[in-house]
Amino acid sequence: MSKKCSFKEYLELFGVFLRIGAFTFGGGYAMIPLLQREVAQKRSWITDEDMLEIIAIAESTPGPIAINAATFIGLRKGGVLGSTLATLGVVLPSYLIIIALSFVINEVNDIKPVQYAFEGIRVGVLALVLKAFINMYKQFKKYLFSYIVAAAAFVLVAFLGVSVLPVIILCAAAGLTYTLVKNKRSAKKSVADQQAVNTDDKSVADQQADNTDDKEVQ
Amino acid sequence: MEFLELFLTFFKIGAFTFGGGYAMLPFIQSEVAAHTAWGISGEELINFIAISESTPGPFAINMATYIGSTVGGSYGLWGNFLGALCATLGVVLPSFIVIIIVARLYDKFRKSTVIQGCMAGLKPAVVGLIGAALLSIATTVLFPAGLSLDAVLNLKFALSLLLFGGMAVLAIKKVHPMIIIGISAALGIGMGYLCA
Repeated sequence: MSKKCSFKEYLELFGVFLRIGAFTFGGGYAMIPLLQREVAQKRSWITDEDMLEIIAIAESTPGPIAINAATFIGLRKGGVLGSTLATLGVVLPSYLIIIALSFVINEVNDIKPVQYAFEGIRVGVLALVLKAFINMYKQFKKYLFSYIVAAAAFVLVAFLGVSVLPVIILCAAAGLTYTLVKNKRSAKKSVADQQAVNTDDKSVADQQADNTDDKEVQ
Repeated sequence: MEFLELFLTFFKIGAFTFGGGYAMLPFIQSEVAAHTAWGISGEELINFIAISESTPGPFAINMATYIGSTVGGSYGLWGNFLGALCATLGVVLPSFIVIIIVARLYDKFRKSTVIQGCMAGLKPAVVGLIGAALLSIATTVLFPAGLSLDAVLNLKFALSLLLFGGMAVLAIKKVHPMIIIGISAALGIGMGYLCA
């Protein structure tokens, strides 16, 4: 993609994402409404439909959702330079604010009330992580396979001390295997159904018996 | 080389977590625990979570910047900036590269069996991993001196539990994280003086 923008347009791209980075808290999904207003409605750099695509693709690509979205929109508007500027814009406020804060907190960390405050804050964070967990649990598709994967990931990391990366790779591989097997089985089934249409009831029953056999094997 | 290590670690985190934000937390936690030379305790990491939640910008970027700045800080002022740069660049780069590659064929990419298959495993995995992170944070916060009868039978534990219950209700009622962290900080100061 080699879209050319004027200098002013590049500057605007950077500015919009700088503002989004500076005024949304929590990032990711919290950013979507502002993104939609600034980029789709006010400027029509992308359409509302693109926005849905961006959310969908951000979920199936690695990394922070905000970065995925900034890169994608920047690319649409101004090619690789555009995506670089958009990403830089969304990251820069965080970068500067956090570095400044890390200095300040480092300085005041030894003061008693600050320590007490952080003791309380950590309890608050526990509540926030609980909520993140509940949200993710609500979103997740509740069938046997996903329960097994979630439980396995939990036990491996929480109780067996396995580090996260191998668990992620293992779960992706399990998901892929499961999906391929399932697809193969349903392809077989649809062929079976096709044949069943052309034959009598008896062979339909046979096909169903075959399918049950397959299930038991797998 | 601490700075290269920061970059590589966060590159790995950026490349292998899907969904962003809290989905990254278990991975960050396990990497920080593995890098003892970074000198970031479990409690400090939870403080970082609070700060990342109550400052603007994407959560993942805030976490990376904070850890990078802290680790680099032992090399002086420029160390803070360089460390933060390495960690942030690391966590950003994988998604930047992947989006540039797949943006044009995103429909094909998203609907491909391989991606859908991997996602079928990754989505539930994230639930399990966040569960593990939750358990580890709960242990650090509620039982800082380890699990024992003494740790449960004191005023501070009872108050912490009460505070946790209250904040959990607020969080589930979708009160903004910043407000939850503010209230927790104020009550924490009160609790500290009460139990001191």
